Amino acid sequence: MTLTSKTIAELRDGFRGGEYSAREIAEAYNAAVAGARLLNAYTVETPEDALAAAAAADAARGQGGSLAGIPLGIKDLFATKGVDTTAGSHILKGFKPTYESTVTANLRKAGAGMLGKLNMDEFAMGSSNETSTYGPVLSPWRRQGSNVGLTPGGSSGGSAAAVSALIAPGATGTDTGGSIRQPAAFAGICGIKPTYGRCSRWGIVSFASSLDQAGPMARTVRDCAILLEAMAGFDPKDSTSLDLPVPQWEAKLSSDLKGKRVGIPKEYRIDSVPAEINALWDQGIEWLKDAGATPVEISLPHTKYALPTYYIIAPAEASSNLARYDGVRYGLREEGVKTLDDMYAATRAAGFGAEVKRRIMIGTYVLSAGFYDAYFTKAQRVRALIKQDFAKAFESCDVILTPTAPSAAFGIGETTDPLAMYLNDVFAVPASLAGLPAMSVPGGLDGQGLPLGLHLIGNELDEQTVLNAGLAIEERAGFTARPEKWW
Amino acid sequence: MSVSHDQARHIAKLARIAMSDEELERLVPELNAIIGWVEQLAEVNTDGVEPLTAVIDQKLRLRDDKVTDGNIRDDVLANAPEAQHGFFAVPKVIE
Repeated sequence: MTLTSKTIAELRDGFRGGEYSAREIAEAYNAAVAGARLLNAYTVETPEDALAAAAAADAARGQGGSLAGIPLGIKDLFATKGVDTTAGSHILKGFKPTYESTVTANLRKAGAGMLGKLNMDEFAMGSSNETSTYGPVLSPWRRQGSNVGLTPGGSSGGSAAAVSALIAPGATGTDTGGSIRQPAAFAGICGIKPTYGRCSRWGIVSFASSLDQAGPMARTVRDCAILLEAMAGFDPKDSTSLDLPVPQWEAKLSSDLKGKRVGIPKEYRIDSVPAEINALWDQGIEWLKDAGATPVEISLPHTKYALPTYYIIAPAEASSNLARYDGVRYGLREEGVKTLDDMYAATRAAGFGAEVKRRIMIGTYVLSAGFYDAYFTKAQRVRALIKQDFAKAFESCDVILTPTAPSAAFGIGETTDPLAMYLNDVFAVPASLAGLPAMSVPGGLDGQGLPLGLHLIGNELDEQTVLNAGLAIEERAGFTARPEKWW
Repeated sequence: MSVSHDQARHIAKLARIAMSDEELERLVPELNAIIGWVEQLAEVNTDGVEPLTAVIDQKLRLRDDKVTDGNIRDDVLANAPEAQHGFFAVPKVIE
């Protein structure tokens, strides 16, 4: 077995056991990264960073942190000191932070190195990676008998493609309305968005601050638990960071679900969703029953309003957050205009892509005088109802099972209507609006040989039950399919 | 409610994004499709429902009112498109 096909847990244990050095791991991955540029997954490669962390791990052998010897891919949304951090946007081209995000600093403290920065939809706005200024990431997966380029999903598409193509053992992602879970499902890997506030947002380029949350993407549930433990933790620099100890999620992993009730929300049964996806959902219920859980039907009555609520709140927050890109303090500046006002407008016209402009326009509109209450305040009220739906549901269940996405991966350029693209996150967005932990785990392949994911939503702060149910599915699904190398 | 071409131009101005008439022409129907779609929230009865302000219930922390960082001027200016004499430089505002 090659080093790059091992899980993070296997690499960690093998390194600790002296089977191989951290340097060997880093070199294997650096070579794999350099050999997969066709996928466009990395925007910057940092082999020397991975080697330096490996040297430190080798020197401290046995005494290093929980991720000593493990090199990771980092989504381009995380500020990395001295290394380009552009959020997939032209407006941040060349931006080299003089500081490190809390999450990546935590990973480094645990001993991890960095393989490079991972491509993503511009400012995390997208579900297909097609809005990146660097061009789309190609999924390593292809439909059977076809060489049509498929999307790895988005916005954490580079992360998903890298983990799936074995050019990173794990990666950071961020999830505002499904940006970890939908790409994880499309790429046949695992990804968890923890409870809002578990991971510090400090040093993560802001999109919609009340929704943005970092989380890990990796090949197994255990690897997600290992990474999340290192990423999470209280940070005084983020006013919404939760001042709570980080649970020992890995040590407490158990696929024994005896006594657990699995909620099956009837509103998620949508006729237009392919039959294969609903069939996999039914299979998932059987797997959790086999693990000892009892399925219960639940109702989340405001589900159909979650997406429209999200598409008011997220653009509103984005229009405010992205006001900072003014051509003065960092990033692009358009020259050749006469006034300061013209410089702002010209810089933002040249620096933002079409989807980002669209969302800034929507956000500016719903926040503008005369419309604020009708749109933004109304959406915040409906958001409260969505949150109440979940609170009520968790009185009668411990974890909720749904499909992750309403389709398998689609082709690059196949979805051009913005509204149709937004529907990708129909199952993911409600948990985001409620700040709940949620995870995608591979369940199987569809008729064309593409991965499909199952989605678990937990109650506030209960990542453990989400991970445990994910583990139960992982053990029963036996998902070992990997894309055949064509790149 | 639907957005007119003139309203869209006004929103673009508020958002400080330069847009040509052709761009606005393309954008208006897209904005209207999205706004028409989100307006389905009007059918939800939210009487007596407080707008959600914190997704996970927690108290905002206060810190002591003292400087906790600083003396990093060069770091702050390091990524500026133009910096002069320790300041951000911008096009002349006053004639």
